[in-house]
Formats: sequence, structure tokens, C-alpha cells
Amino acid sequence: MRKISLCLVFAMLFSFLFSGCHGSRGLEAFAIPEDFDESRDYEITFWAKNDTNKTQTRIYEKAIADFQALYPNITVNLRLYTDYGKIYNDVITNISTNTTPNVCITYPDHIATYLTGANTVVPLDELFANEKYGLGGSSLRFDSPTQEEMIPSFLEECVIDGQHYAIPFMRSTEACYVNKTYVEKLGYELPEVLTWDFIWEVSEAALAKNVDGTYRLNGQNVMIPFIDKSTDNMMIQMLCQKEAGYSNDRGEILLFNDTTRELLNTIAQHAKSGAFSTFKISSYPANFLNAGQCVFAIDSTAGATWMGSHAPLSDISRDKFIEFETEVKMVPQFDPEQPQMISQGPSVCIFNREDPQEVLASWLFAQYLLTNELQIAYAQTEGYVPVTLKAQNSAAYQTYLSRIRDDNSTFYDVKIKASQLLLDHVENTFVTPVFNGSASLRDAAGQLIENVTKSVKRKETVDNSYIEKLFADVSSLYRLDQIGGRASISVDREELGELPAASVALLSILAIAWILILFYVLFEAIRKKRM
Amino acid sequence: MRKILALALAFTMVLSMAACSTTKKDDPSAKSEGVMTYKEYVAAELDSEVVIEAYVQAKQSWWEDKATVYAQDGDGAYFLYNMACSETDYGKLTQGTKIKVTGYKSEWAGEVEIIDASFEIMDGSYVAPATDVTALLGKEELVDHQNQFAAFKGLTVEASKDADGNEVAFLYNWDGSGQDGDDLYFQASLNGETYTFTVESYLCDKTTDVYAAVKALEIGEKIDMEGFLYWYEGVNPHITSVTKAK
Repeated sequence: MRKISLCLVFAMLFSFLFSGCHGSRGLEAFAIPEDFDESRDYEITFWAKNDTNKTQTRIYEKAIADFQALYPNITVNLRLYTDYGKIYNDVITNISTNTTPNVCITYPDHIATYLTGANTVVPLDELFANEKYGLGGSSLRFDSPTQEEMIPSFLEECVIDGQHYAIPFMRSTEACYVNKTYVEKLGYELPEVLTWDFIWEVSEAALAKNVDGTYRLNGQNVMIPFIDKSTDNMMIQMLCQKEAGYSNDRGEILLFNDTTRELLNTIAQHAKSGAFSTFKISSYPANFLNAGQCVFAIDSTAGATWMGSHAPLSDISRDKFIEFETEVKMVPQFDPEQPQMISQGPSVCIFNREDPQEVLASWLFAQYLLTNELQIAYAQTEGYVPVTLKAQNSAAYQTYLSRIRDDNSTFYDVKIKASQLLLDHVENTFVTPVFNGSASLRDAAGQLIENVTKSVKRKETVDNSYIEKLFADVSSLYRLDQIGGRASISVDREELGELPAASVALLSILAIAWILILFYVLFEAIRKKRM
Repeated sequence: MRKILALALAFTMVLSMAACSTTKKDDPSAKSEGVMTYKEYVAAELDSEVVIEAYVQAKQSWWEDKATVYAQDGDGAYFLYNMACSETDYGKLTQGTKIKVTGYKSEWAGEVEIIDASFEIMDGSYVAPATDVTALLGKEELVDHQNQFAAFKGLTVEASKDADGNEVAFLYNWDGSGQDGDDLYFQASLNGETYTFTVESYLCDKTTDVYAAVKALEIGEKIDMEGFLYWYEGVNPHITSVTKAK
């Protein structure tokens, strides 16, 4: 009876053990097939982001049609998003059900989170170098750039933990769109490089009112001199320019420091006067700029077609527009001699599948997004720049840049100036370290600005104790207190965190079982000896 | 004697039931102590704290413990944006549910809303009838009905231009850049003036009747509509039903 019981205990323990192993197994790592099997049909999904811009949608659709003409055995299904955050949320949801897209527009910060699943995202280095299907590969049916023809810094941005997990698709930066007419009306001359001191001073000056309560500068009831679309970028760029802490390559959170305190106090001061607001609090900077209700509007260069008196795209009716001269400048700086601005823009990653041929089909399509025709066409839709030297140096792209102001759509001057701004300052761009949690840190950086701005508008006191509490609240809200230290990408102990309770229980049972077995064997041996 | 007693009991029960039904019928304009009337809410400054009581009319979205809700009382309507709300509580917010909301009055692109809010569920129920605002289209007074459940009657579907320049009855996204499942935009006219209407995909996704109805619209068709008077740089009604004009 005892032996039967023991056997049962063993059987149960082994069954637990095996079921545990089965549940934790992910996809096999992708291995490049020797050849692409063209005798089979493949259906792949491509989740793409557009800036609510029908030209971009059409470019995607044309790219898919052209690619399918080259590879008739590959069908690409397009799903469009207008928001990176929504793509991120949907991918996270779909990872758990193994229903991720094959090819996905994304940000490296997001990929860092996707990588917490084993072999979820395909590392691309071996694919880049593959003689047949790699960048510039011999068996490709399209003219792909070689790795040397990729802009090195843009490609470098796709490296996570020493491996490329994405290819850049488009690059942009942030720009300050300025109502130059207003700046000069206020008696100032626009400097070559904007400084924070200049922005704050002019913004405060723009708040002067007439006796009837309207603003002297525009004669209207509304004036928010300085609006920033992305407060996370605002904080990140300010900290970078100040050479202050944000995070480091080890994934340590350095955001909550004295420089951040100092910056928040300054921002609070100007939010309190009404000189500064944010997109989340007030609305799109472009709407205020074009209506003559804003002097400095900071937004992505990928939002350039919405900026200016003659912006081709707009959310406000034409009768609300006013006439002014629009200037496109680098984001304000603390040290104009050493400007720093963020590099951003969509990248493309590939999700793994059980079938390596399907992954290879995905890679072929992803790589097709780097071809000249597509790169140049998409870059022209907004203030983007192509990510390959091949496209940037092409006659077609150079002609596009030279035709600035030829019309008010394709050659819209504000848009081309925005692209040129990045082309001229690629060496002044930076990116932040990528790790599991870096997307949350980015959100937290913006939240600090949003909160102080809201608080002063609500007549709350923003002082040192307020900021201390804010740091604690934001750190807790974004679980930054749980990141700390190296948040590496590979599935290691730190990422897995504490063992789940069920695992602890199982291991405890195993230990107890072994103790009982030893005890039983010992007991039997002693008993036999006595007999 | 027993019969008399039984009759008296029955009479008492009927009376008490009648009394119960009277107390259950809420006055949707009545407020608890310390709660603002709609008039006081309208008068409150932007960025000030507000405490209101209202009845849920529609739920737009829930994500990461934040709910966006249309609510209304007997006098006006409220847009509760990203209100703190657990998924369980979101399930309890059915049409008509009375809630007490504490938050901050704010304005975003013309839309007056309550943000950074929390709420508690109260006893009571009220479903607002659609206010016919057809005659107010294009007039400044329309803003007085902001966020209310409203009706638009007898409008004619007008052509929009799609990405290829073709005339169509509706667009995916405002410029035709979207696809099935995205917001639907369509135009309808009255007395020579054309207005834009939206099926907001978070409020009414592609599985809803209104989404299908708008996709089936034809240019020149006369329609009646209901929806919420959302604001984005001007009136931007979020339509919840479209039917052929009666």
C-alpha cells in the first residue's frame, strides 16, 4: 500500500513537472532557410501606422500591390493604425494569443517589451548579412539597399542588447514651428538657434492684454504662446541638453533628479502665467498656431503639413486661419553651440512564426519598404527623411528638396524645411537607451510636465514637497520602482522576476517528496537491519 | 373579521407599493447636498474642481482603469473623459446608472469635459430622451446642448471625396485614410448648409447597427439621426443611430 501511494505521488509530481515544461515553451529561434520556397503560398499581415494621411495609405497600398506583383505567392494584408500606442497595446494583447502581425511598424522602446517573450521578435543581423536574401541580396527581385547604404545612426537605433531587432522605416525629429510675424511684432529678432530663455521671454511678452481683455498680439480672446505636442520628448530633450540623468545603458532610472526639479519649477512658472501649455491639456499646437493663437508650436517634423498659414492639412476651418510667416527651427536649446534633438520615427520589426519560410516572406516584404521608390514617396508625405543613403542621394529625392514652394502640397515649404532641418542635423540627434520598461519611463517623463502644468492651472502650489510627491506618484504609477537596475532584453532572471506562487509550491512539494523518499528508504533499511 | 383584516392588509400593501414606485421615479435634476446643479457646473471656471450627479447615457471606452462616458441629468450633459474606473465598475455602468462624479472641469479643442475624475454609483436611473436640435444646426446656441443626446431630422446625405477623388457617401477617417473599423465620417445637409457627422469607432464599433447603416448610406438619401453632441474645433456629433427620414 505504501509503495502504491509512493508511486502515485511520483506520478503526480512528474505530471506536474511535464505540464509545467509544456506550458512555458515558446517558439523555436528563427533559422534562415537555405532557399525561399516559392512553390508555396504565404499570407502575411502588416500593421502600419499613418499620420491620418490618405497619401500615406495609398503609398502602403501601392507598395503591397507592387510587392505582390514581384512575389505572387505572398499576400500582404494591411491593417492601418493612426497611433503608435494603439499598435503597441494590440501587439501586447496578441503576443499572448500568438496572433501578432508578421510585420509591424513600431518603436524600439516597444520592441524591448515585445522581447520579454522568448523568440517573439526575429533578430535581423543574420538576415541583413544573408548573401541571397539579405540587404542588397543576390536573390531579391527588387533593388534593395546594402547595409552600407543604410544611414548608420538610424540603423544603430534599432539595436537592442547588441542585436538589430528592427529596420528603420522613416526618420523625423521635433521642430519648433514659429509665427515669425508675431515674434517680430513683439520687437524680437528670431535667432538662428532658439534658446529656452528666448522662448520663455517672448512667450511671456505675448501675454500682454488690451483694456478689453483681448490679447494685444492677436486681438483675440485666446493666446497660448508656447504649446508642446509631446511633453515626454520635451523633458527628454531638456535633460539631454543639460547632460542630466534620464536613464542609462544599464536600464537604471535616473529621471528623478535635481535638474528635473529645476526644469519643472521653470515650466510651472510659465504654465501659471498662461505662457505654456501642452497638447494633452489644450489640443493640437497646429490648430492654435494656424489660428494666430500661438507663437511657438513644437511638434514632430512628421506633422509639418499641418503647420502654417497655408497648411495643406488642417482640423480647423479655413476661415479661422490667419496670415503669417512660418519659420521652422530646431527645438529650443540650453547650449546653442551644441544642439541636441531627438531622433524618432517608425521602424519595422518582424514577428517570429513556427514556419521559417513565412518569416522569410515577412523579411522580404519588410526589406521592400526600404526601396527607393517607397522611401522617397513616403518621405514626401510629411517632414520625414528616407533612412537610406541610396534614397537620400538619389536624383529624385534631391529634385524634390530643390523644388521647395513649387506648390502648396507636395512641395509645401514648411514640410520641406522640416525635412531639411533633420537632414542638416543628423549628427545632433540622439535616442534614449532601450530596455524593458523604457516605454514606461518615457511616459513618466511627460507625465511630470503634464502634472505640474495642470496643477498650477488649478491654482495648486508647486514647490519642493509637491515635486517630491509627484516623483513618488509617477514612479509608482509607471512601476518604475520595479524596473531598477539592468532590465535586459534576453529572457533572464531579472525579467522573469520572482517565481510565481505555483512554481514555488511545486518546487516545495518536490523537496518534501525527496525528503520523504530518503526518510522512507532510511526507515526501511533500519527496519530490515533490526529484523 | 378575517376578511376585513385581509382587505386592510392588501390595501396597505398597495399603498406602500405605490409609495415605493413614487420614490423610485427620480427627478433627474435633483442633487444631493454638496453637489452642483447643471447651472452651477456651467458657471464653474475651467480647471476648477467640480462635483456633479448625472446618469450614464453611453460608454465610449475603457482602457487601463480609465473610462470615457457620456452622462446627462435633467438639465444638461457631461463628458467624463478618462475617469478612474475599474473594469468591474465599468461593467456596472449601464445606460441610466446614476453616478456622483468628482473631477476637474476642462476644455480640449472646444469640448468642455470633466477630467481626472473619480465616481461612485448612486441609486436612481434616468435615460435622457433625444433633444431635437435640427433647427439649431449652424447656430451658436447649439453649444448650449454640448454632449447631450440629440436628434437631427430630415437631413440629406451629401457626397464626400475619397482618397482617389471619387464621390462617396462616407469616408473611413476624416480624409479617407482609414479602413473598416476606423471612424466613419459623412456629410449631410439641411437648408443648403452641409454638416459633418462621425461614427466614433470606440463609441460604436464596426459591429454596431449604426456603423452598418452609415456604410450603406447613399448620396441624396434623406435621413434622421441620433447621437451625442461632441465638440472638436466646432460641433462634431458622434452618431449612434441613422434611419431613413420619416
